[in-house]
Amino acid sequence: MNKNEVIRLENITKTFGTVVANKNINFSVARGEIHSLLGENGSGKSTLMNVLSGIYTPDSGSIFINEKKVHFNSPADSIKMGIGMIYQHFKLVDVFTAKENIIVGQKGKLIFRQKELTKQINELCEKYGFNIDPDKKVYDMSVGEKQNLEILKVLYRGADILILDEPTAVLTPQETKKLFDVMRNMKEAGCAVIIITHKLNEVMEISDRITVLRKGETVGTVNRNETNIKELTEMMVGRPVDLSIKRLETHAGKPILKVKDLTVLDADKTKALDKVSFELSEGEILGVAGVAGSGQKELCEAIAGLYPVAEGSILYKGENIVGKSPRDIIRRGISMSFVPEDRLGMGLVGAMNMVDNLILKEYQNQKGIFIDRAPAREKAKVLIKKLDIDTPGINHPIRQLSGGNIQKVLLGREIESNPNLLITAYPVRGLDIGVSYKIYDLLNEQKAKGVAVLYIGEDLDVLIELCDRIMVLCDGKVTGIVRASEVTKEMLGMMMAGQELNGGKGEDAIGQNI
Amino acid sequence: MGERGKMQLVRISKRDDVTRAKANMIRFIAVLAALLASALLILFMKRNPIEVYASLLKGAFGTPSKVRGTIVEAIPMIITSLGIAVAFKMKFWNIGAEGQIIMGAFAASYFGLNFPDMPMPLLLLIMAVAGIIGGGLWALIPGFFKAYIGANETLFTLMLNYIAYKWVAYLQYGPWKDPDAKGFPLIKKFSRNGIIPEVLGVHAGWIVAVILVVIMYIFMRYTKKGYEISVIGESENTARYAGMNVKWVILSSVFISGALCGLAGMIQVSGVNQRLTLEVAGGIGYTSIITTWLGRLSAPAIAIVSVLFAALVQGGQYIQAAFQIPKSAAQILQGMILFFVLGSEFFIQYKIYFTNTIKNKKKGDM
Repeated sequence: MNKNEVIRLENITKTFGTVVANKNINFSVARGEIHSLLGENGSGKSTLMNVLSGIYTPDSGSIFINEKKVHFNSPADSIKMGIGMIYQHFKLVDVFTAKENIIVGQKGKLIFRQKELTKQINELCEKYGFNIDPDKKVYDMSVGEKQNLEILKVLYRGADILILDEPTAVLTPQETKKLFDVMRNMKEAGCAVIIITHKLNEVMEISDRITVLRKGETVGTVNRNETNIKELTEMMVGRPVDLSIKRLETHAGKPILKVKDLTVLDADKTKALDKVSFELSEGEILGVAGVAGSGQKELCEAIAGLYPVAEGSILYKGENIVGKSPRDIIRRGISMSFVPEDRLGMGLVGAMNMVDNLILKEYQNQKGIFIDRAPAREKAKVLIKKLDIDTPGINHPIRQLSGGNIQKVLLGREIESNPNLLITAYPVRGLDIGVSYKIYDLLNEQKAKGVAVLYIGEDLDVLIELCDRIMVLCDGKVTGIVRASEVTKEMLGMMMAGQELNGGKGEDAIGQNI
Repeated sequence: MGERGKMQLVRISKRDDVTRAKANMIRFIAVLAALLASALLILFMKRNPIEVYASLLKGAFGTPSKVRGTIVEAIPMIITSLGIAVAFKMKFWNIGAEGQIIMGAFAASYFGLNFPDMPMPLLLLIMAVAGIIGGGLWALIPGFFKAYIGANETLFTLMLNYIAYKWVAYLQYGPWKDPDAKGFPLIKKFSRNGIIPEVLGVHAGWIVAVILVVIMYIFMRYTKKGYEISVIGESENTARYAGMNVKWVILSSVFISGALCGLAGMIQVSGVNQRLTLEVAGGIGYTSIITTWLGRLSAPAIAIVSVLFAALVQGGQYIQAAFQIPKSAAQILQGMILFFVLGSEFFIQYKIYFTNTIKNKKKGDM
């Protein structure tokens, strides 16, 4: 055993009902190590980390911290042992300052000495390379700053074992770089850092060792410099996977969607979309890149008739569809398989079975007052086969399926409806690698059929490989529309951070690139 | 070994693998537990619980006339519960059934009192339609404000109950007071034509109840509207996304919900009381919330639960007379059953382990 070992998990098993989330997992992390926990969705990464942070109690197995066997009954026990977890969804109080967020919930002293606290925070910032103003309110912070604050919070509480759950999902490439610098500093300072992720290139960039989980079991632990992306993928998926997406070179048909000066206001009357203009043609995939929350959701919903439009027009086959009801828009062949942050929030009904979810948009075309579910039942069976949906049956509530399978039901339904315009947001979020590539194939298939596809994505590599053109959004504004074959990740990153391409305004950019 | 921290005594985990049979078993055990707990209370009152339960059953089903009494109690509960279920399925928490019953009864009475000479089938039909519209409109008020400005329907429907009640009180003591009632504040009885006739010894409302159970079962399961109601209940966003007219579905189904309650009011006022009184709803609107919930919004289950609850009410009156124990004892039993059955949902959704078993398992592993 490595004497630097700070954490060792032995034979951890955790079941939920009949589902075995973790099975005899062994895992160890050393001081001064960045250890990636790699695995597809549903492979048990999060469960394992929740065991380590005291949220779940394992059914069997042991946890050793510094060679001492421990039992965690609550997250408080785990924090006491120096374990700090940074979740994907930040747990910060918006109206508090950074400083206040750091001390909130701390026991002990009634009165905090402000100056001393500020000094301590600044010391920590210096040590690890954070860039945080202790008196800045959280609502004024960017996503990257908030994440830094989360990390700072657990460090302040004395954590020397940090777990980061998919920390890069919300960051621009530049912010990711900064985060990795911070992580390296933590490593230098002797912390043990665990990063949960499924992004292979990040794993290769940052980690010392990598442990791969598949279906709740440890596949193995490898050293970064003795492995490669291909091997990791195979470990993750369990079989070789072809990782290239071919961009179908179709000659784009006539424009089908013209969005002009689209402006929408959110609940606070600030502009969620600001004069967005673009065109989309038949047989074309237009990618939309941007940091989460840059207006992607509003764009999708505005086109689908679900979001009030303040200004501008959306011309579909020459007809302005602003102000039309969602029903009218569906009837025109615009299909949105929108996948919001919460998969079941829109698009699917979790408590219902597959059949009832498949008829969701189609039932109104049936005649009479009754619903005929027989065709949907057949369609459900077909989809299960075609997309490899793992479900106990077509009458099983889809809420109980895994995220990836839920997604397959949603996208399957939308593609089955033979749309002319397919809007799809994060269609592979939470999907296995193998299935993700199947989805890309499906999108290409649609493209080949002449469907116009608006693809909201997060993985820049995929956007560049799959799309014909990429539109970049930042704070609701278009910072550029570029040919995917002529752009680099770095350029996209700059645009995502707000730098407009060639200093051109939205419309000029379109002019240049169409 | 360096174990630290206190050992956990119980561990709770969610389970989603419960079969329907197992779930029903747990609910059945909960009812038994409720009976046991109530037995303790009866013992405390120095009565023999077994005797009390036996006569409770006897009071509810002992003789044909007692069975008829139980059915008469069950009819309005079934119809009202069906109405409540429509709203609840949409997660529109209509607790205003009491008021909707009263307003349905009021609307029906208006025609019953003013057209005593109309032929019976026509008058009853008009009264039924009036009851449906009266209850439906009364529910539509909170439904409108919910759909358009998002007003909280729970408080709204509850408050309307009091207004409906006071409205009938005003009629009874004021404009509708029967001058021939020797000064008693009573509203005039309906003519023969305004009273629902008996079929097989029970007023014909039972036929309506049976038909409605079938219709509502089909409505909720096999019609577009029923499907829309379920979708909206689960997620309004999804409903909008699917192109449903959410406001219209909310309004129309809230109307249906109130309409069924109003029809129950018409049946009650015409078939049972034969005149409009303040006690026309008599708490049925509230009891039906319980039966709806225990019936898990399913029409056939609601029918069964309503009959059982009616038996409790009927039998409760009987034990009150036979054992001189207060009527509230039967109400406590109702409360106990509700408490235990609702509590049992926890055991259906979660599994509980005791740490001992884990310890043993660990020893086995070593």
